[in-house]
Amino acid sequence: MGEQIDEKLRIELQRQGVWVSSMQELYNWGRKNSIWPLQFGLACCAIEMIATAASRYDIARFGGEVFRPSPRQADLMIVAGTVTKKMAPQIVRLYNQMADPKYVIAMGACAISGGPFKQGYNVLKGIDRYIPVDVYIPGCPPRPEALLHAFMELQRKIDSQKLTGADKAEFLKPEQPSEFPVPKFGQHDLEPPANPDVFHPAIIERS
Amino acid sequence: MFIVIFIGVALAFPLIPLALAWLWRRFFQPPKPGPDKTSTYECGVESIGDAHVQFHAQYYLYAIIFLIFDVEAVFLVPFAVAFTGLPVGGFIAILIFLLLLLEGLVWAWGKGCLQWQP
Repeated sequence: MGEQIDEKLRIELQRQGVWVSSMQELYNWGRKNSIWPLQFGLACCAIEMIATAASRYDIARFGGEVFRPSPRQADLMIVAGTVTKKMAPQIVRLYNQMADPKYVIAMGACAISGGPFKQGYNVLKGIDRYIPVDVYIPGCPPRPEALLHAFMELQRKIDSQKLTGADKAEFLKPEQPSEFPVPKFGQHDLEPPANPDVFHPAIIERS
Repeated sequence: MFIVIFIGVALAFPLIPLALAWLWRRFFQPPKPGPDKTSTYECGVESIGDAHVQFHAQYYLYAIIFLIFDVEAVFLVPFAVAFTGLPVGGFIAILIFLLLLLEGLVWAWGKGCLQWQP
């Protein structure tokens, strides 16, 4: 931790058979190779997620095969499918109940933005309105390879997270919240329709 | 001697990771409890009432009577499959078996076991 060893020196040392590591690397190496997802599926994307976990695509190669039935033991939430407004409060509550550090993959067009149901009255227009999303996978539904790619991207993110310093990982900062407000059913929509602390939509600039 | 080493290893194996986890939490991971995080897990739904619900003792009688006829069905299926090739003795045997169970049901009914008494 702290002092980073020069990359060239480390490669040179590795060539000579000397492995130099740090607490941070060891910790992140362990974390990224044992990501346990929370076991739930919402719609058709869940079928692709099941295929990813099954023998042909075999997410176990990346250490992610242990789908946990309880949020207490899970590190990763794969939001696989259409999030209806009826389901959104439960998703947020499950995310809140997960232990830190926790990550979210928004799988498929519906979880990202509402997808083909975006104009519908009953579908949430993206889970990132309420909880922070780490990796987005486009597609309707995304193929298992795409989920594996997202998983690898998440592993890359975990590997790059710092444990100390000003730019340390979000979950290590005491002021960073671990829970986000659960939306309530209003008269016409969920209230609030989005969490302004989490939801930062891209601003479209027209000239 | 061997057993002492064995016990030592058996203790060290769980205790060292637990101690490391504790140290890790102590120095790096800020605790972030909250009302949602510490609430009962019920598939994301807010739990209503207490999770420790008691079932009435009466339910036990229903369960055991159900179980008798559940097991009877297990015996009846192979009987039905082998019915055409069965000698008269087998047929009578299963009839006696059925009658015994039926008698049990009549007895339980007469005792008032099927009446729910709160």
